[in-house]
Amino acid sequence: MSKKVLVLGEAREGALRNVSFEAIAAAKTISGGGEIVGLLFGDSVQSLGEEMIKFGADRVITVEHPHLKHYTSDGFSQAFMAVYEQENPEAIVFGHTALGKDLSPKIASKLASGLISDVTAIEGEGDDAVFIRPIYSGKAFEKVKSKEGLLFITVRPNNIASLEKDDSRSGDVSSISVDITNLRSVISEVVRKSTEGVDLSEAKVVVAGGRGVKSADGFAPLEELANLLGGAVGASRGACDADYCDYSLQIGQTGKVVTPDLYIAAGISGAIQHMAGMSNSKVIVAINKDPEANIFKVADYGIVGDLFEVIPMMIEEIKKIKTN
Amino acid sequence: MNIYALVKRTFDTEEKIAVSGGKIVEDGAEFIINPYDEYAIEEAIQVRDANGGEVTVVTIGDEEAEKQLRTALAMGADKAVLINTEDDLDEMDEFTAAKIIAEYLKDKDADLILAGNVAIDGGSGQVGPRVAELLGINYVTTITNLEIDGTSVKIVRDVEGDSETIETSLPLLVTAQQGLNEPRYPSLPGIMKAKKKPLEELELDDLDIDEDDVEAKTETIEVYLPPQKAAGRVLEGDLSDQVKELVELLNKEAKVL
Ligand SMILES: Cc1cc2nc3c(=O)[nH]c(=O)nc-3n(C[C@H](O)[C@H](O)[C@H](O)COP(=O)(O)OP(=O)(O)OC[C@H]3O[C@@H](n4cnc5c(N)ncnc54)[C@H](O)[C@@H]3O)c2cc1C
Repeated sequence: MSKKVLVLGEAREGALRNVSFEAIAAAKTISGGGEIVGLLFGDSVQSLGEEMIKFGADRVITVEHPHLKHYTSDGFSQAFMAVYEQENPEAIVFGHTALGKDLSPKIASKLASGLISDVTAIEGEGDDAVFIRPIYSGKAFEKVKSKEGLLFITVRPNNIASLEKDDSRSGDVSSISVDITNLRSVISEVVRKSTEGVDLSEAKVVVAGGRGVKSADGFAPLEELANLLGGAVGASRGACDADYCDYSLQIGQTGKVVTPDLYIAAGISGAIQHMAGMSNSKVIVAINKDPEANIFKVADYGIVGDLFEVIPMMIEEIKKIKTN
Repeated sequence: MNIYALVKRTFDTEEKIAVSGGKIVEDGAEFIINPYDEYAIEEAIQVRDANGGEVTVVTIGDEEAEKQLRTALAMGADKAVLINTEDDLDEMDEFTAAKIIAEYLKDKDADLILAGNVAIDGGSGQVGPRVAELLGINYVTTITNLEIDGTSVKIVRDVEGDSETIETSLPLLVTAQQGLNEPRYPSLPGIMKAKKKPLEELELDDLDIDEDDVEAKTETIEVYLPPQKAAGRVLEGDLSDQVKELVELLNKEAKVL
């Protein structure tokens, strides 16, 4: 049976996050040829609709309201339920982002439905789709399926490949008006700590430093390497707790979960809580003075040595390649 | 204040994990209170100490979970409730768990419910918000600071590294993020006292729950370990040669530069 799938798109600083496109790709896999309907909620999101269509949505519904400028679970669930009732979908896909994690259980509960969170891969298609998700801090995986009724999943960013952008695609971008009322949470302040540049959770290259980086200044060579590779800088909790960098750089169970093509861990011992946030990375490089460090167990390539010697040498070597 | 903390007994993921017959091997494994629930328990105790009232810790599980409840009582919780599903349910998902907890809580007039933002075993982070929705109360997830003044609540929450200040009111459910507090270790007198604190055991029948009404909506069909990665290559030789080799490998073999 084909399924109509609703996909919630997520914008940041006026642009859609990649995970929105990955969610569309996941929706295609489970739809069995059914219609993919993109959703956008905010105070001004109409213009982003076309982008979802170019990445595979068949049409897009927006809900715009001043109360949707900032995400709240009350506001977004009111918008979502209005669309849900109009569309009666068979499946729903959100990104497993801060927003998706916060909103999806509320909606699943409203709909008395199951919810398969943090999906990193899908096996099979349509009604036969089985969902793979990491468990036990990434030390194991489980395959889960929905028993009956509505299928609802959230997808981990950077794991499911988005579809090729197709500029020739077109579709309807319509809006519905919803009265957003009675918000029980009022956001009085937002402190953006995320740095400019590449979004850590979507970066293709992450250069991460731990307590071994020893100071805030010690992060400078890591930043240089990340810039050279078009990547982002991350950190272990050890480095954040020691005040070498901001908590917004933290990778792991408590921090961001990243799945870059290349993860370079410098001066990070490899605690399980850290690995929970990066062990799915495609290629892992470990640089550590201690040959016994746990991080070498997940590394594809390791150098036992002082990161302050190794990183500058890497920068030189990579520059040579880039200029050739 | 009437305070509840939701607690899960979990496998200590710092331990080695083995799979047999499509299931995680639990024999001989170390079990702990889910670390994020520890933050919830600690915060519950601090809120009670500042505002008066009582902290009840609630878990779903089997008899084994009594140990984690006693630990929570030793930390300073006042009462514990074990909803024992061992005889009634073989399979459970987040829908099941939330529904059972909400059934238990629905007539308790809770002012504040605290839970961990995620359990380190299942890792889905659904139960807190689901329970709040079933109870019809507001929730705030991944909190790193909580201030309560009468029924007004001011919260700082972690949003992928950004921080958001939220104003809301009781009754409320919150889920704890690391950084909220430093959970205390149970003291020896605490451990002695915990032995005498009330620990109530309930079954689905006691909550008037029919097994069919809480039947899981999703099904785990297999659990497996990640494919064994080819052992990583720790490079050797002169450091500058190692770096050259590494960059070469990243460029030619891994093709990630
Ligand atoms: C509930 C909970 C949640 C947690 N969540 C997270 C999380 O999300 N993310 C996270 O990262 N941690 C998390 N932790 C903390 C985690 O357990 C570790 O304490 C932390 O990851 C350690 O950071 P580190 O590797 O930088 O420090 P350390 O363990 O101190 O390791 C430093 C490493 O640097 C190496 N080193 C030192 N100098 C050099 C040098 N000059 N060159 C090369 N190598 C050098 C050392 O050999 C060592 O291996 C959590 C803990 C708990 C209890």
